[in-house]
Amino acid sequence: MPATEPLVKVEGLRKLFPLNRGFLRESNSFIHAVDDVNFSIPPGESLALVGESGSGKTTTGKLLVRLIDPTAGHIYLKADGTQVDIASIPGKGMKAFRRQVQMIFQDPYESLNPRRTIFDTVSEPLAVQGIGHVLEREERVAELLVLVGLSPPSTFMFRFPHELSGGQRQRVAIARALVIEPKFVVADEPTSMLDVSVRTGIMHLMQELADRLGVTYLYITHDLAVARYMSTRLAVMYLGKIVEMGDTEEVLRNPLHPYTKALLSAVPIPDPTLQRQPPDIKGGISKPIDPMPRCRFYDRCPLAAKVCEENDHPPLEDKGAGHYAACYLV
Amino acid sequence: MAEPVLTVDDLTMHYMTRAGEVSAVDNVSFALAEGESMGLVGESGCGKTSIATSLLKLLPENAHIKGGHIWFKGVDFAALSEDEMRKYRWRNISMVFQAAMNSLNPVYKVGDQISEAMDTHLGVFTREQTRQRIAELFQLVGLDPKLMEQYPHEYSGGMRQRAVIAMALSCNPDLIIADEPTTALDVIVQDSLLREMRLLQDRLGMAMIYISHDIAVIAEVSEKIGVMYAGRLVEWAKSEEIFHRPIHPYTAALMSAFPSVTGPKRELAMLSGEPPDLLHPPPGCRFHPRCPFATEICKEQVPDFKDHGGGHYAACWHPLGGD
Repeated sequence: MPATEPLVKVEGLRKLFPLNRGFLRESNSFIHAVDDVNFSIPPGESLALVGESGSGKTTTGKLLVRLIDPTAGHIYLKADGTQVDIASIPGKGMKAFRRQVQMIFQDPYESLNPRRTIFDTVSEPLAVQGIGHVLEREERVAELLVLVGLSPPSTFMFRFPHELSGGQRQRVAIARALVIEPKFVVADEPTSMLDVSVRTGIMHLMQELADRLGVTYLYITHDLAVARYMSTRLAVMYLGKIVEMGDTEEVLRNPLHPYTKALLSAVPIPDPTLQRQPPDIKGGISKPIDPMPRCRFYDRCPLAAKVCEENDHPPLEDKGAGHYAACYLV
Repeated sequence: MAEPVLTVDDLTMHYMTRAGEVSAVDNVSFALAEGESMGLVGESGCGKTSIATSLLKLLPENAHIKGGHIWFKGVDFAALSEDEMRKYRWRNISMVFQAAMNSLNPVYKVGDQISEAMDTHLGVFTREQTRQRIAELFQLVGLDPKLMEQYPHEYSGGMRQRAVIAMALSCNPDLIIADEPTTALDVIVQDSLLREMRLLQDRLGMAMIYISHDIAVIAEVSEKIGVMYAGRLVEWAKSEEIFHRPIHPYTAALMSAFPSVTGPKRELAMLSGEPPDLLHPPPGCRFHPRCPFATEICKEQVPDFKDHGGGHYAACWHPLGGD
């Protein structure tokens, strides 16, 4: 762990979604979408959150920007020298909070309002925050458009989203997230809808902006290869739990948790001369509905032993040099 | 080489839109031997799916095959009427569509949907034989035969895709076209499905065309690979050739833009610009506005799609590593 104080610190974060039991009936079953998640991100670093669909990574992202309220836990954000708990910001404080934290969504076709021009979309955060007057905002938006590679800005400013390609739209979404200079940005699969030749450009852009503007990312992705390029640290989620966390290269080169191992060995290799071994895993992903008090990965684990069944889900422990894993057997 | 089951010859297909003609497939030629597997890779809008729907002639009304031939076992599909075409569809060529969720009807049991396909295209089995056959198909693709009495919403994403593959296999086709069969699936499910499809191909001996934007997926399942860009086939060769000795600059760029989890972490290549608008495709080589090696000739003349040795075809004025 670096000595600097973390920008974001998540403690015991939990989100349970009640299952609908019908009219006027109290729900007694819950989906444990995010269950006791802990991590911290130092300023200027980026953490990638990877996992299969249904692992709780998007829910975690939404909790961090308070698009949904957590059931329990704390999210500490260090802003302007003070530490605030995002999880308990009252309604009035939200506006100030949104100045620090922004989100980039997966689908640039749906995250932009089709009836508003690019200028309207990118300048909206400025208007909401009451920053500058119209002319200043126009200047600022132009600056941002150049920064994200949409130049000359005058040709894009008053166009509508349908006139832009997918890659250009995602650049607009990035400009909108960065226009008020947030400290922390949650990026939820920002490149998964884009083509390979366009994707690299967006990945480079996000990294360059992080360096230039000092933005810290939580990068949510299902693609381990993309995570490798976009993060310094990596956390692997499975059914609402972080099962492994550490420096990205270290986790990819030396995975400890059997789930991480299976996930890595399932990634196709772009080389027809190589043969991969089948991943060592059983069955398919389920839903974390009222999970049993045992390791979440028990049913699918190739190593599953008695200790995994008789004890609660293992804690995320340092297995040496800041490489954390939640497994009784490693 | 075995007798080709499919030979596509200078296929050109346009969509007529209000804004003008979209040149979706332009002079594409390739051949596929019996039992062989090939992959078509390219970015969205490059015409991969348009080729697939042209082969089956499942084209929307505004699409026109402007030229070329689709020879399937000596018959030119391009010249067939809809009625004649129907005899070949499913029985000889079948297709696994991109979104398995959408290719199953939500209000019918999965087993009934497969039996409908078999009745329509074969129509020779009794009810009992049909059920027997579906049970076999389900076992073949790794599904419990009991599942045929269930509805699509009761299936997971991976199971639905398996059911769609079972349906594609139901009439013993000579060729299956799989359009992004695993794109919506998680890696672990994708892995088991790809393994399954390779095993099925070995066992049943049909030819396969895989279509994907993911070169890593294509690398794992295809013996030959065709790379498409803006409606044209720019390179075509054995998989190893494409990966280890790419000739076209676009292929090379595509390879090096692809992040990998294994091996040393290398710098990802960046292609400037975006794929062209096919309403007004650039003259000459369609890749020239983005190509680092482009010269005058690339802007003016379309390069020939020619053999650069050993069946490695490419269309480029400045081929990499040679000439």
